[in-house]
Amino acid sequence: MKSAAFEYVRASSLAEVCAALHDSADETKLIAGGQSLVPMMAMRLTRPARLIDINEIDALKLITVDHNFVRTGACTRQCVIARDAALGAALPLLKQALEWVGHVQTRNRGTVGGSLVHADPAAEMPLVAQILGAQMVLRSHAGTRTVGAAEFFEGPLATATRPDECLEEIHWPVWAEQRTGSAFTEISRRHGDFALVAAAAQIAVDENGVCTRVSFGLAGGGYIPMAFPQLAARLVGGTLDDEAVQSVVNDAASEFDPGGDLHASPEYRRHLAVVLAARMLRAAYDDARKAS
Amino acid sequence: MADAKSPYGFRYIGAKRRTKEHPRFVTGRGRYVADIALPGMKHVAIIASPHASARIVSIDSAAALAAPGVHYVLTGAEFCAATDALAIGVDTPRVTRYALANGVVRYAGEWVAAVVADTRALAEDAAELIEVEYATTPHVVDPEIAVLADSPQVHPAHGSNVLFHRRFVWGAVDEAFANAQNTVKLRVRWGRSSTVPIETFGVAAQWDAGREILDVWASIQMPKFPDQLARALRLPGNAVRVHYDVDVGGSYGVKRGIKHTALVSYLARKLGMPVRFLEDRLENMRGGDMHGPDRLFDMQAAFDNDGTIRALKIRALDDVGAYAGRSPLQLGKPVSAICGPYRIKAVEYEPTSVMTNKTPQEAVRGFGQSPTNFAIERTIDHIARHLDMDRIELRQKNLLKKEEFPYLIPSGSTYDSGDYHTVLDKAMKAIDYPALVAQRDAARKAGKLAGIGISTCLEPSGGNSAFEPLFNPKNDTTTWMDSCLVRVDLSGAITGVMGTSSSGQGHETLVSTVIGEVLERDPASIRVVRADSLNALPSNSPVGSRMAIMLGGAAAGAARKIKATLLAIAAHNLGCDAAALDYKDGNISLRADPAKKMSWDELIAVAHRKYHLMPPGFEPGLQTQFVWEVPTGGVLPTPEGVAQIYPCYSFETHIVYAEIDPATAKPSLQRYVCGHDCGVMINPDIVHGMTYGGIAHGIGAALYEKFSYTEDGQLESGTFMDYLLPSAMEIPSVDIVDHCTPSPLTTFGQKGSGEAGYLGAPAAIANAINDALAPLNASLETLPMSQEALFRVISASGAAGSGHR
Amino acid sequence: MSEKLYPVSIEVNGKARSAQVPARLSLVDFLREELRLTGTHVGCEHGICGACSVMLDGEPVRSCLMFAVQADGHHLTTVEGLAQADGSLSILQDSFCEAHGLQCGYCTPGMLIASQALLNETPNPSEAQIRDAIGGNLCRCTGYRQIVDAVQLAASRLAAEKK
Repeated sequence: MKSAAFEYVRASSLAEVCAALHDSADETKLIAGGQSLVPMMAMRLTRPARLIDINEIDALKLITVDHNFVRTGACTRQCVIARDAALGAALPLLKQALEWVGHVQTRNRGTVGGSLVHADPAAEMPLVAQILGAQMVLRSHAGTRTVGAAEFFEGPLATATRPDECLEEIHWPVWAEQRTGSAFTEISRRHGDFALVAAAAQIAVDENGVCTRVSFGLAGGGYIPMAFPQLAARLVGGTLDDEAVQSVVNDAASEFDPGGDLHASPEYRRHLAVVLAARMLRAAYDDARKAS
Repeated sequence: MADAKSPYGFRYIGAKRRTKEHPRFVTGRGRYVADIALPGMKHVAIIASPHASARIVSIDSAAALAAPGVHYVLTGAEFCAATDALAIGVDTPRVTRYALANGVVRYAGEWVAAVVADTRALAEDAAELIEVEYATTPHVVDPEIAVLADSPQVHPAHGSNVLFHRRFVWGAVDEAFANAQNTVKLRVRWGRSSTVPIETFGVAAQWDAGREILDVWASIQMPKFPDQLARALRLPGNAVRVHYDVDVGGSYGVKRGIKHTALVSYLARKLGMPVRFLEDRLENMRGGDMHGPDRLFDMQAAFDNDGTIRALKIRALDDVGAYAGRSPLQLGKPVSAICGPYRIKAVEYEPTSVMTNKTPQEAVRGFGQSPTNFAIERTIDHIARHLDMDRIELRQKNLLKKEEFPYLIPSGSTYDSGDYHTVLDKAMKAIDYPALVAQRDAARKAGKLAGIGISTCLEPSGGNSAFEPLFNPKNDTTTWMDSCLVRVDLSGAITGVMGTSSSGQGHETLVSTVIGEVLERDPASIRVVRADSLNALPSNSPVGSRMAIMLGGAAAGAARKIKATLLAIAAHNLGCDAAALDYKDGNISLRADPAKKMSWDELIAVAHRKYHLMPPGFEPGLQTQFVWEVPTGGVLPTPEGVAQIYPCYSFETHIVYAEIDPATAKPSLQRYVCGHDCGVMINPDIVHGMTYGGIAHGIGAALYEKFSYTEDGQLESGTFMDYLLPSAMEIPSVDIVDHCTPSPLTTFGQKGSGEAGYLGAPAAIANAINDALAPLNASLETLPMSQEALFRVISASGAAGSGHR
Repeated sequence: MSEKLYPVSIEVNGKARSAQVPARLSLVDFLREELRLTGTHVGCEHGICGACSVMLDGEPVRSCLMFAVQADGHHLTTVEGLAQADGSLSILQDSFCEAHGLQCGYCTPGMLIASQALLNETPNPSEAQIRDAIGGNLCRCTGYRQIVDAVQLAASRLAAEKK
């Protein structure tokens, strides 16, 4: 399983990347962590004629944490993000999600940006991006544009990134609410495998335990990771009573409409979606109530 | 970890000892086939069939031959004319197999052509340029259809897809069923999985034109490998030299790359260059021909109201894929333990080996015993359920008692020794069985699905492979042997020579420990080397859990002869009978007058240098060989199909506690104890290690691993993303409790143990999962028991729940 | 061979190593074929089995999922670099021997890399942490039990050494 031959370019700046892509985006791929790309190259499922290595661009590895946003460079390693205490405090959901991503070796090399651009339907990072409404900053020769998560993920393994663009940063909104809780889980065949279904939620409550803000989402089963803002809105103002939750998660599972594969049928995935979404809403809620 | 002192009273045997193999492996200095770089070596890539069944219309290699670094493109047209078909274990001469497809392809993944190039990458580049035109033909993937007369035929010249079928009847089976107070009937399915070592198969070959010798280095675990290779290549046996000193990265049966080796050897000889082929993982999974049993069982049992089991009927249909080597014989080995560890006097066994258009099977750990144990143990649990009888009590009633050994089973093998009740008691005590039942019941009350599974199973060991003539009377083989040569050199250092390869079983440690025990010399000082196939003594390879018995026995036999020679030299020089002498640590003294003695060094000097002091009739030097036949071997089966197969019977019992989340259908194994009795353990850490590993294999087969095929005969799980090997996160912590019932047939009382754990784990896990499902009146009789399958049965019972918890 | 070659300079086990390699040469193939450091093994070439694990700048990664050119300028530790300066076994390697944490040896280099990385960061790991740390390294021989024992033994021996 040896890759087909390619030309290798090690970029030292984002400007260099954009210039190269502007020159010719034909059969060019950017390589970050390579944890998804290289297996495909080894199996010759993809054969870029040119590989631009963005791993050595320090500017793509920043982490900044402030009141409203956490900014992560596209090439920030997953393990670095997982270890960052300030980031973990501001974005607990991202930290929770990272515990489910692959194995130690995967996280030591894999990048958060790489996972988002690869957009595997069962991947954890895209799900968190959807739930939090992350903003993707895309740079090209022509300039910069920002695309929100809802528009960014277009389909399985497909994003709004244009052939001549490189993801530069991700802006993750930080909730201002004091009593915020989050939870992430997935059911997979083995630990570290792609999720059959993943579910996550983030909830803010007031001092009486009434939900003031709710966001949740599902991934796995073929299309794209999804958040459900309208359904989540139905839980605001309440305390997550059984009937309300059940109705919301049933509707979410219908909208999610998962497909099947070798490992799980659509029916099993739909069932898991209902079960896990309900569990994560409750877990996030309990977590929020504990926070003060 | 094992104890520092031997629990059996030996000096070295049974005591904790680090293996000789450890130091090279922990420093990355192993020598696997991929590590061997022959000067000027070329590399092979394979072009494989995308179709399950097709005629090859044409192969155009022109573009490939013109590609950079390419030396040759070999197709079946040339290869199949220049070599002979590979051996098959049953009498089906029209079912022929070669490394490359011979005009037709019979499974998706079958090798069609081979490219030889300067590097593997260049070979793969060139392989993509080869154009093969196919005309697809009807295929069959369902074994129950394949057995029918009107099924598409995988080998039309054979006339059917059935490679072997026979109905064995041992004892008054029909009478037992006719008079039965109760019967049960069930169907269980063992899914297609395999042992899938982390190292794929690899082989390097070189033809020495000056000496006319073919040198072969391979990741091999296979009986009669050099012989079958020579025959395929139409070479005399002494023109093939297989180097057994290649480290093999795991095998557990499957590393039988005879087709890979024939291919590479042919190329090496034809091109006059060394050639190496390392399967990549895709080639290995789909076209490496290393899949395991794929078996459907129809079981019936006749039993009394008090639980006494009177008879069994076992019908087994096994799908071997598109070609066969030894694979049909995996239906034959279970004849050696066809009634399990139970007192069942009448058994009917009807095995059918059938071909379909799938990847061929190869020998997998246990050679068919694990699927059979699974089927028998599910039947036992069904009997218990039918009678509303405790499953432990039912087993205790039917398990053979210690006093009944040696015990002749209806199919003709004698179980040498055992104490099954004690092992079961030990395991139950170790897991605190009553507390476990309470734990399960409490979990159930709390709304969980929880179950305890028990299995009590045999591991036939020793490798008397009488199932070969049993399944093919034309193959009247009864020799199953192994050997060891021991030499003591001029400096007094001891070397043992073994004549086969190893794949992690610690044979160097086994041999040095045994020699050290007999000669009372420190095993750490004893070197073990491997002969090659030209200078090796006969060996039937590590198969059938035979090496502790056979290689251990051979090493002991050779060492005893050395000891006898030393005593003879001392007797001659001290002027007495050997019986008057004491042998201690290699030094010999006169019992009546210990001042009269000869040291090890003095004895060696006489043997090697002082012929004038040698007793008459002894050869100079100090070296012996010991070649011996397996105990109970040398007897052909009767025409009625009664046969003595393996000599020694190890026993294992597994007790497993499992929970299933009813909302997500995800199973979790939470407690696991294995009681194990393989007689004397020569190296307990090694034995335990293989048992832990066998259990992990068993967990994989029970819950995770499956070679899954579409209706089109495409393998859907051909990568490690979809074929799910369990990691450390999936395997629970396992406790092993040992018991020792020595074998009366072996040198130290050892029985074999290479397949332990795997033989009983799937059965116990299946029983645990079904116990968990029992309150729902649901069951799952197909392995692997995937989450999807569990979801279906739980949903069907209406208990899936909304998962509020 | 007409493939373009790229210069690489990589520090491997403390030694500077240089070569000219094709871009598509994987890091594991570079180590094995070019540098003849055959202790790192190939098991799947698609990033699952972990037999190819090495330390890149001190952290375990899958060397089958990197190209050699990507490692230019970085530091690698392979199994050959785990022994002590005088060549004797590290405490971890010796503990694998003592606890029989290996059989065929094929996954062992990867296991040692993953375990050493764990002990470097978590000197007193629980069984759960050990299993998680080696969760990306598959073994078909041992069932993992004696590997866990080996790492626990190494941890206790390292702790005793510190006192």
